[in-house]
Amino acid sequence: MAAEGHGPLAQFEIKTLIPLKLGEIDVSFTNSALFMSLTLVLVTLFLVLGMRKRALVPGRWQSMAEMSYEFVANLLRDTVGSEGRKYFPLVFTLFMFILFGNMLGMIPYSFTFTSHVIVTFAMALAVFIGVTVLGFVKHGFHFFSFFVPPGVSVVLWPLMIPIEIISYLSRPISLSVRLFANLTAGHTMLKVFAGFIISLGVVGGVLPFAFVVALTGLELLIAFLQAYVFTILTCFYINDALHLH
Amino acid sequence: MPQLDPSTFAPQLFWLLVTFVLLYLAMWKIALPKIGSILQDRQERIDDDLEKAEKLKQDAEAVREAYEKTVAEGRNKAQETIRSASGKMAAEAAAQHATLTEKLNAQTSEAETRINAAKEQALANIRTVATEVTQAAAGKLIGRDISEADAEKAVASILDEERH
Repeated sequence: MAAEGHGPLAQFEIKTLIPLKLGEIDVSFTNSALFMSLTLVLVTLFLVLGMRKRALVPGRWQSMAEMSYEFVANLLRDTVGSEGRKYFPLVFTLFMFILFGNMLGMIPYSFTFTSHVIVTFAMALAVFIGVTVLGFVKHGFHFFSFFVPPGVSVVLWPLMIPIEIISYLSRPISLSVRLFANLTAGHTMLKVFAGFIISLGVVGGVLPFAFVVALTGLELLIAFLQAYVFTILTCFYINDALHLH
Repeated sequence: MPQLDPSTFAPQLFWLLVTFVLLYLAMWKIALPKIGSILQDRQERIDDDLEKAEKLKQDAEAVREAYEKTVAEGRNKAQETIRSASGKMAAEAAAQHATLTEKLNAQTSEAETRINAAKEQALANIRTVATEVTQAAAGKLIGRDISEADAEKAVASILDEERH
């Protein structure tokens, strides 16, 4: 590997920038917190400044802002229907937060907060608890019928119901690990191949360099795709909670 | 793996909560209503424009129909005029043709009568002259006088023969 302290996993290290304590709890402002804050600021500026002209015929920036709005709105409408309208701000926030977090992580020397499983798991768990509560509020105990697959004979229930429950409970895990693993793997691979460029020198380094360029393109795609996947799965879960089967 | 270090969990979760909630509020209260209202304005404007366009199209259609009706009426009228005028002219021409034909016929028959009379007279004259010439010529040839009646008889026989 390359120089000490610069291994492929060093990029994921949490570095405390401003040590803070809230009672007993460590709430230090870290590099992760910095990029979350940057995401917050950039998303807000992107949308608010993009829409400041309120042009009837949008310019490029305004088009992008509107496109992101319509993209998520269509996603939600296609999966949930008109009842999903209420959850649009939340779904939109999720999408933009993950998308900008992923994209900021593509900048060299930056930090990708979505590559930390605790962050993705917290988001996935919040979604999971949210849709479960929503399901119970909407359907009461009838919500449990969700675990009984329709059209399956009673004989198979003892087999099917545990499977359904396990698959339901594994949702937050699959949701969070998918995002975290994709980003961690991608960034690690980028770093490994970037290390090859240095160790192989000017002549031999051309190949890994070309690979890193191609991989960067792929990672940009994945950065978008994973934000999309997280969002659309959230939409599906909301739909399940609202409509059961 | 730095991701599995539990000591970093608390600050990450804290700041995730803070930034996510702030972003949610910013989206919910500021950004999304803004974009939504613009999109709605645009949609309304488009609908409005479409409606206007539809109305204008209908107006244009009405104008076109009126125009076509006027043109059709004009054409019918013109054809009517042409038809009546040509009818009148044909009648006039026929009348003129009839009078002319009548006049010509009258003139023709009158001329024929005159020609016949002239021919009769000429024939009569020829007979007289021929008789005289025959009488004179025969007198000279045979040396004696021939009676006028004999000459006339000979001329008449030849002329009658020729006429047949």
